[in-house]
Amino acid sequence: MSIEVALHNTPLAQEHIALGAKMVGFSGWNMPLQYEGILAEWEYNRKTCSIFDCSHMGEFIVHGCAIDSGLDRIVTQRIVDMPVKTCRYGAMLNEQGGVIDDLIVYRKALQEWMIVVNASNIEKNAKHFRERLTSKAVFEDISFETAKLDIQGPLSRDILKIFVPDIVELKYYTFDEFVLLGGKCLISRTGYTGEMGYEIYCPWEKSKELWQRILKNDKVRPTGLGVRDVLRIEMCYSLYGHELEETISPLDAGLDKFIDFEKNFIGKDVLLKQKSLGMNRRASCFTSDSRRSPRAGHKIFDEQGHIIGEVTSGTFSPALQMGVGLGFIETLSDNIGKKIFFGDEKNKATGKIIKRPFYKDGSLKH
Amino acid sequence: MDIMDHYLYTKEHEWINIEDNIGTMGITDYAQSALGDITYVELPQQDQEVEQFEQFVSVESVKAASDIFCPMSGRIIEVNDKLEETPALINKDCYGKGWIAKIEIKDLDETSNLMSAEDYRSYLESLDH
Repeated sequence: MSIEVALHNTPLAQEHIALGAKMVGFSGWNMPLQYEGILAEWEYNRKTCSIFDCSHMGEFIVHGCAIDSGLDRIVTQRIVDMPVKTCRYGAMLNEQGGVIDDLIVYRKALQEWMIVVNASNIEKNAKHFRERLTSKAVFEDISFETAKLDIQGPLSRDILKIFVPDIVELKYYTFDEFVLLGGKCLISRTGYTGEMGYEIYCPWEKSKELWQRILKNDKVRPTGLGVRDVLRIEMCYSLYGHELEETISPLDAGLDKFIDFEKNFIGKDVLLKQKSLGMNRRASCFTSDSRRSPRAGHKIFDEQGHIIGEVTSGTFSPALQMGVGLGFIETLSDNIGKKIFFGDEKNKATGKIIKRPFYKDGSLKH
Repeated sequence: MDIMDHYLYTKEHEWINIEDNIGTMGITDYAQSALGDITYVELPQQDQEVEQFEQFVSVESVKAASDIFCPMSGRIIEVNDKLEETPALINKDCYGKGWIAKIEIKDLDETSNLMSAEDYRSYLESLDH
């Protein structure tokens, strides 16, 4: 017997199909993998402008004071001193110090927060929030009424400016509410591609008109989850389910700078213990010496043929024109420049550990 | 999907074009379209002996790697080394410039294990349902 679970559709599913997208199931959602092809879509993102439907991602609202609501204890990043209209990246951990999810906290007002989480974890995270927030917090899951469109690429500001002239004022990792097509939208200067870009949060029912209007500009092309993964790997950004998991410590994953050890948070005692014992593996990135690409699940070997780690994400990098990979390596030093092999026992290819990221020419902070 | 009338096909979407007892081989339009942008081809060795339906090539697209199986037994006599620099030739022209290797066929009777263009077309239609 096979059990088929119906996939959720974003409000734009029919738009994707009409544009000829190849659709795939991703984290319980029916999503566009690619339209024209991953390499063509990579060009639009890195050289002009691209738009992603990320309405599958989760959004929560928490009303309450940072400390009294319990929010500050749930997330690893420092939030008490965040200015209103800024965002901060971090994670939430379980009692064992493993990563339940990575997330971005938006401070909408002194006592109003929006938390953006991964699609695969919406239910799990909502449960965690409901259990861990105090009676002084009001929690709302607005995931299924909030669409999210990501406009990313060096021309993203010039294009969004046509709709929202004030967008030019928005600095990296800040946000504001703007009037867009007659309705209110929250727009942040954030993204997951390494290019200058914006994430637009708008009501579900507004998203179709917005999507169509933005795509009328011939400098913008739709881009799918396939290229999104390539772009984030080129930037060495972690993806939940690959570099981050409930069994992975955020210290191993290299999230140190998104953890505030001066405050209390769930999982902190375990992380302190790990710190005092010393880490025994390290998130690393490496290039292939050829176009042959590492793949998630490949083993990493040293020159003597010993297994020293595992690949968590891999792809062909259009920017470098070679294979690139992310993975964990059992080591204490950073090993920059070290020669490695990736693959399986029978078939290995050579590569080299390098300093992150792979792609250094992005327009991210222009 | 493009299918060449006089070629023979495997269920794994490889093609072979036989002239005398030399076969030119590659992957079909259906296969290249399913794989997406091809970024790397691990070619067989010159003079390598291969069995029918044995894996002899590996093709990588941006996000995945796939095994390619040899349509017939024999000895590899030529490989398309243009694919080393320009693997996208397979996407652009899978039945022409995107050929992968040529084989000196050991046993022409093995063609009975392959599909004609007509059979392959019906096979593709059956996959769609």
